[in-house]
Amino acid sequence: MAFSCGNSREKTYNEGAMLYEKHCENCHMSDGTGLEALYPPLAGADMLQSVGVGAACIIKNGLQGKIMVNGVEFETGMAPVVGLSSVEITNILNYIHNAWGNRREFIKLNEVEASLKACE
Amino acid sequence: MKYVFLVSLVALMLGSCTQENENASGLPVFGVKLPITKEVNGKTVVDSLEHTIPPFSFVDQDSAIVTEKTVEGKVYLADFFFTSCFTICPKVKKNMKKAYKAFKGRSDFAILSHSIDTRHDTVGRLAWYANKFDISSDTWHLLTGDKEAIYKIAYDYYVTALESADAPGGFDHSGAVVLVDKKRRIRGMYDGTDPERMKQLVKDTQLLLDTE
Repeated sequence: MAFSCGNSREKTYNEGAMLYEKHCENCHMSDGTGLEALYPPLAGADMLQSVGVGAACIIKNGLQGKIMVNGVEFETGMAPVVGLSSVEITNILNYIHNAWGNRREFIKLNEVEASLKACE
Repeated sequence: MKYVFLVSLVALMLGSCTQENENASGLPVFGVKLPITKEVNGKTVVDSLEHTIPPFSFVDQDSAIVTEKTVEGKVYLADFFFTSCFTICPKVKKNMKKAYKAFKGRSDFAILSHSIDTRHDTVGRLAWYANKFDISSDTWHLLTGDKEAIYKIAYDYYVTALESADAPGGFDHSGAVVLVDKKRRIRGMYDGTDPERMKQLVKDTQLLLDTE
């Protein structure tokens, strides 16, 4: 049981890593550092920590307007990432919340689904 | 066989006489030499012309006119991008920033980044980008201007830049960074998305600055 649990965490993280490379890495970079004040970092980012599961809505709907990340103002905005399933969004969240020194309790599919429902 | 060797040796020596110190770095000169005829002491002789970047005139993020005079006597990098590009551009810019940091203090170095989305990338938009990207127009010029002129000069840099409805963001372009010497000859092409190639770019730029 413990083994299969660990295994599934590894799976969601690894699949998240592949999806990250495809959909997120161009701007947020492979090391999660972003690009200056144009594209915000995800590694060690206070905003990512505070939105938690809510990052699902940013992936789904994109982002407009100004945001603050680690004391830096960003206003480039983000286009929605279209065509992702709730499972795929969950995998991306588990990756970005646990890569590059980030740490968070593993996020479950039903948490993401509930979050996405709230921002439909 | 001996004669062939001798002839080529003479040719090599002649070659080295006429092109003294023009390739001291050992970096290749890109492009095909074009034969031209010219008059020397009243006689018509055939010479060859190396591929060089033709004169140009664009405007940068500070509304300054940037021409071939701006890069006179400078080693410079050239690339093509647009500010709303979310495919390869941010990675290329991140890698180019390392080269910028390495050489920005030098008066004989510059970077020209040409926008291929001249409609949206106005001077104001480029100024915003330069500010957010934390670069100075002392070294790094973000250029906009006549669309056709930009697409035409991309061709002279051997870089792909096309408007394309099928491409993400509406433009199809390569992530190549071009190394240009003080005579506006192309001396290297580097994949801007590849950090290893971009390290090589920094080395080659240093070599060009040191030797030519």
